[in-house]
Amino acid sequence: MEKLLAWIDDRFPLTKVWEEHLAKYYAPKNFNFWYYFGILSTVVLVLQIVTGIFLTMHYKPDTALAFASVEYIMRDVPWGWLIRYLHSTGASFFFIVVYLHMYRAMLYGSHRKPRELVWLIGVVIFVALMAESFMGYLLPWGNMSYWGAQVIISLFDAIPYVGPVLSEWVRGDFVIADATLNRFFAFHVIAIPLVLVILVFVHIVALHKVGSNNPDGIEIKKKKDANGIPLDGIPFHPYYTVKDIVGVIVFLMVFAAVVFFAPELGGWFLEHDNFVPANILQTPPEIVPLWYFTPYYSILRANTVNFLLIDAKVWGVIFMALSIMVFFFLPWLDRSPVKSIRYRGWIYKTALAFFVVAFVILGYLGTKSPQAIDLMLFPNVYWAQIFTIVYFAFFALMPWYTKLDKTKPVPERVTK
Amino acid sequence: MSEGVDRGKRRFLTLLTSGVGAIGVGFAATPFVLSMTPSARARAAGAPVEVDISKLEPGQMLTVEWRGKPVWIVRRTKDMLATLPALDKVVADPESKVVDQQPSYAANKTRSIKPELLVLVGICTHLGCSPSQKFQVGPASGMGDDWTGGFFCPCHGSKFDLAGRVFKGVPAPTNLPVPPHMLLSDTRILIGEDKKGAA
Repeated sequence: MEKLLAWIDDRFPLTKVWEEHLAKYYAPKNFNFWYYFGILSTVVLVLQIVTGIFLTMHYKPDTALAFASVEYIMRDVPWGWLIRYLHSTGASFFFIVVYLHMYRAMLYGSHRKPRELVWLIGVVIFVALMAESFMGYLLPWGNMSYWGAQVIISLFDAIPYVGPVLSEWVRGDFVIADATLNRFFAFHVIAIPLVLVILVFVHIVALHKVGSNNPDGIEIKKKKDANGIPLDGIPFHPYYTVKDIVGVIVFLMVFAAVVFFAPELGGWFLEHDNFVPANILQTPPEIVPLWYFTPYYSILRANTVNFLLIDAKVWGVIFMALSIMVFFFLPWLDRSPVKSIRYRGWIYKTALAFFVVAFVILGYLGTKSPQAIDLMLFPNVYWAQIFTIVYFAFFALMPWYTKLDKTKPVPERVTK
Repeated sequence: MSEGVDRGKRRFLTLLTSGVGAIGVGFAATPFVLSMTPSARARAAGAPVEVDISKLEPGQMLTVEWRGKPVWIVRRTKDMLATLPALDKVVADPESKVVDQQPSYAANKTRSIKPELLVLVGICTHLGCSPSQKFQVGPASGMGDDWTGGFFCPCHGSKFDLAGRVFKGVPAPTNLPVPPHMLLSDTRILIGEDKKGAA
């Protein structure tokens, strides 16, 4: 065995990679609950790729056959229902773990220097993931698939001059049609997954270059022992591999509970209107994207006023795009001398709480009719406008309030 | 090795090679990019549609498909037409001044060739949903006491009157488009083509 390893090591850096990234990769010893969501995102990515491969064996990307082929998978393909539910539930769980993973960064300042690139690559992964799920949602060719895609692609029409040509190019027809379904299938099953896998690899390479942050937001590489090993670091393998396995198992228990007992989750994971085949003459009474897009959808709909010579429609598209793009600037918007929320003052804690509330309420309002009154006093659209302002204020005012905020002294070594 | 190296020449050649390479990539990408535009079959499928409206009673609406879009044909009653002038102040473009939204023969008070016969593309000018018909008036419509009939987009709350004119203060920026069409006889209508030719 040792001879074989030596033979391989002469030709491929197997031991070197193993040591650099696992056995001798020193991670801070104080990781908490929030540090599970990176590995969980990877687990869901693998799950989506594997279930996706098996779904393509039965699915037909043709407007005349697509809807029926999904029902065929659900009813006639042995265990097809399980593979499809794993894939559809996996899509929602992907966003759950990714959102919590991003929130962890905002809690402990994981996006701050020297981890800006880790964060930027992460945001690109997030955008790719949104494209991936958007295109995947058209494939069942349900009525919500069709009209959801219709609404989102016509966003391109808002771009001056080139808009209509661009949306025609994306659709490959004057409306969402067979050409659109076919190309979305191509992007969903090969182009974007390939990009995602490469980006995740690059994300981890960048992370291992700078080393993981931790709940105290201090650099463990600053305090090393005589052998150059960080005093507060422990080898990723076996310590965190074993810990992560526990996290993955708990996650899979929750995941399996949803897959087996509530795969539609009352319309939140699989919308009721998508159990009807696409009908180009009949819009569903309420076009609602899946829950993970509703905060941005709310921001899109909240723009109802024309100003600066630009239509409300165009502003909606601009602000929706901005609400995602703004994450790219986060490492430079935050001017606090400390990284972790543990040593920040009340201002950042309050601001982050407001942001979370705004995000959740915008998400809720995105599933409701703009004219109805679901919160209190006045119609949803006005609440959406208020929380859109809160959402953007969190980012726009960040350079000032993070500087103003009174911070506590940061310890030399990690705490419990 | 740096002896006798002409750096200026080397930089020039690097730039030149990169530039030629970029042009090559551009040419190579063209067929791939163009392959995603609507195919000849998709373009041919946009032919005009002939509709029989003999059974369309006053106050009724008929939906037909043209180029994969819903097209509405409404035979408006006298009462319905009478609601239009009163709304001139609350709609965004009462005179149909935005030229792209209708052919010139429909740029009038009723946005139609014959006053009663309204033809509209039933796609909201906001984000492409299909609005629903709300022809009932007053509280029965669920649209408020002062509603005089029209269309309501369930997606983002845009409202249109019985000539497809958009109300002020809703997300849709323009009136619902009138497609090119012509009356072949009293009972037949052609959508997608007018006296000037096919759309």
